[in-house]
Amino acid sequence: MSTSLLDKADPPAQQAPPEERRQRRNLTPWVLLLPGLLWLVLFFLVPILTSVSASVQTGNFDDGFKLTWHWANFVDAVKPYWRQYLHSGIFSVATTVLCLALGYPVAYFIAFKGGKWKSLLMALVIVPSFTSFLIRTIAWKTILADNGSVVRVLNDLHILTVTSKLGITVGTHVLASPGAVVCGMVYNFLPFMILPLYTSLEKIDPRLLEAGNDLYCSTFQTWRRITLPLSMPGVIGGTLLTFIPAVGDYVNAQLLGNASTGVVGQSIENLFLRKTDGYPVGSAMSVIMMVGTLVLVMMYIRKAGTEDLI
Amino acid sequence: MSSTDVLGRTEGGDLRLAGLTKRFGAFTAVDSLDLTIPQGSFFALLGASGCGKTTTLRMVSGLEDPTAGQIFLGDQDVTDAKPYRRPVNTVFQNYALFPHLDIFENVAFGLRRRGFKSVKPQVETMLELVELGHLAKRKPTQLSGGQQQRIALARALINQPQVLLLDEPLGALDLKLRRQMQIELKRIQTEVGLTFVHVTHDQEEAMTMADTIAVMNQGRIEQLGSPAELYENPATTFVANFLGQSNLIPGTVETATDDVVTVSAYGRRLTLDAGRCRSVSGKVILGVRPEKVQLAAAEADVPSGRNVLSGTVSDTSFIGVSTQYLVKLPSGEELSVFEQNTGREIQRPGAEVFVYWDPSQGFGLDGDQDIEAGAALDEEGAA
Repeated sequence: MSTSLLDKADPPAQQAPPEERRQRRNLTPWVLLLPGLLWLVLFFLVPILTSVSASVQTGNFDDGFKLTWHWANFVDAVKPYWRQYLHSGIFSVATTVLCLALGYPVAYFIAFKGGKWKSLLMALVIVPSFTSFLIRTIAWKTILADNGSVVRVLNDLHILTVTSKLGITVGTHVLASPGAVVCGMVYNFLPFMILPLYTSLEKIDPRLLEAGNDLYCSTFQTWRRITLPLSMPGVIGGTLLTFIPAVGDYVNAQLLGNASTGVVGQSIENLFLRKTDGYPVGSAMSVIMMVGTLVLVMMYIRKAGTEDLI
Repeated sequence: MSSTDVLGRTEGGDLRLAGLTKRFGAFTAVDSLDLTIPQGSFFALLGASGCGKTTTLRMVSGLEDPTAGQIFLGDQDVTDAKPYRRPVNTVFQNYALFPHLDIFENVAFGLRRRGFKSVKPQVETMLELVELGHLAKRKPTQLSGGQQQRIALARALINQPQVLLLDEPLGALDLKLRRQMQIELKRIQTEVGLTFVHVTHDQEEAMTMADTIAVMNQGRIEQLGSPAELYENPATTFVANFLGQSNLIPGTVETATDDVVTVSAYGRRLTLDAGRCRSVSGKVILGVRPEKVQLAAAEADVPSGRNVLSGTVSDTSFIGVSTQYLVKLPSGEELSVFEQNTGREIQRPGAEVFVYWDPSQGFGLDGDQDIEAGAALDEEGAA
């Protein structure tokens, strides 16, 4: 059908015959995609399928695992661990909200008032990440230590009395409490909030803010009506980049928490590494976390209506 | 309408600037400006970039705080009022339309912020005025430059400000669209009868639209007047060069009566009306616009009573509607001559000619100023 069209087009002699040329052209995108596709298949698709299949298997290390479509694994993955799901949820939401509350003013300040210092200030935000995640988290043990100045000041001001009543800290200590876990998580994920926020705030034309000011908006109104809506892509990007890793994080809970701050990640680790028959339930928990996060994120994006902003 | 409304807007309010000054560090952008802009006028602040015109505008809108001086709207001092509390709106240079809002909401923005409940009729009327009612649901990025410009105008106008400030509003448009918008703006201004303060570096734009033009240079106003006044009777070499083209001839006053001033220049005697001469003794600069000058092949062809200089044609450009000549005087200076295409013979480069003009068409300036002032700036502005 298209041959007749091509005949009429009278292709120059030095070019390959139309049929061959078209085939080559059709292959090029696939060749370019191949390395990426292989990578994804090997390190994303295969592990996911393995996890999903493991979640409905039964068995142990000695006898091996068999696919028995044992859906009851999912019941075992929820019932004894509801506290861990609750903790993961609370910690990650608290972390995301706190990161947003702390990160937005920082990003705003750097983007609008940073001037020639912008790059340096952004570097300062990122530089701490050059140190290992683990070391930075362990450093918080020193910062929040019982004989450290932070705890002393908080005690002197009787803040810990209040926070301990609220269940954020424990007695006169900060370490080994939900508060310490969230502190560590906020610290670790803050750059992931600031970066996208900064990018979207920095793109805002300051003349738009002047226009808002000119059109009867006070400073706050200008922020509410112009800056905030225009920075929504950054808010959404930042909250996702914070929330998604925060849900799965268990290093902070492990290092800065206590026995009653366990999160899902810790339970999965226990099931995988310390129990001979823990694979199926552990996998089921992983699947629940993945699907749960995916659904939440999709609902969030739908609600935030990003397509209008990008 | 009541005499004062929620925004403190009063009827019969001229915009008055008193000793308005703005310094940025050691640089004085606006230097003790005194200016009264009558209500309902179309006023242009004309000057090259960096002359302080935009800074003046921003001080009026409240986006910039003056270093000294006061701004009055009517009898109200608004110098320290926040921008959102002034009955003044701006059409920004690059429109600054809100990209997250559609056209309707962009136009409705000011009314909504002031708590108006029903905005639909006003927005529709305003979109009708700028002839873009059919684009209400579009986003600003989906509009062409000219359309965005008109929306920016509608967004400001809908608030019925006492003064509308236009900051080079046509700068981003191409020439044809700019011409069209100039006419449009003038039409809208006449229709709504508000005070328009228009900042521009384009002298043609200022002349086309404004009732009154203030030519600004280095933070000060060089001259203020109607376009015709400025063009026919420039007060300084800067205005003479910046506003259109001028032939400026340095000379010395020989005699001066109440009616006529005689000047000697290039060994010839030239005369001009005493009323159009700003200096009647010592060194003067005699100016004449190129289109007022004519060419003759022989001195005998020159009508009597004209100022005459002789020279050689050094360049001829046939434009169609006119022919532009450069005539080199024996002293080396060049005069430009625009001759309308009336079917006369075209002089080729190299031809010996006499240039002449009616003495009443010349103007005289104080001889103690830079004869080139503003000439380069105009070229820059036109480019």
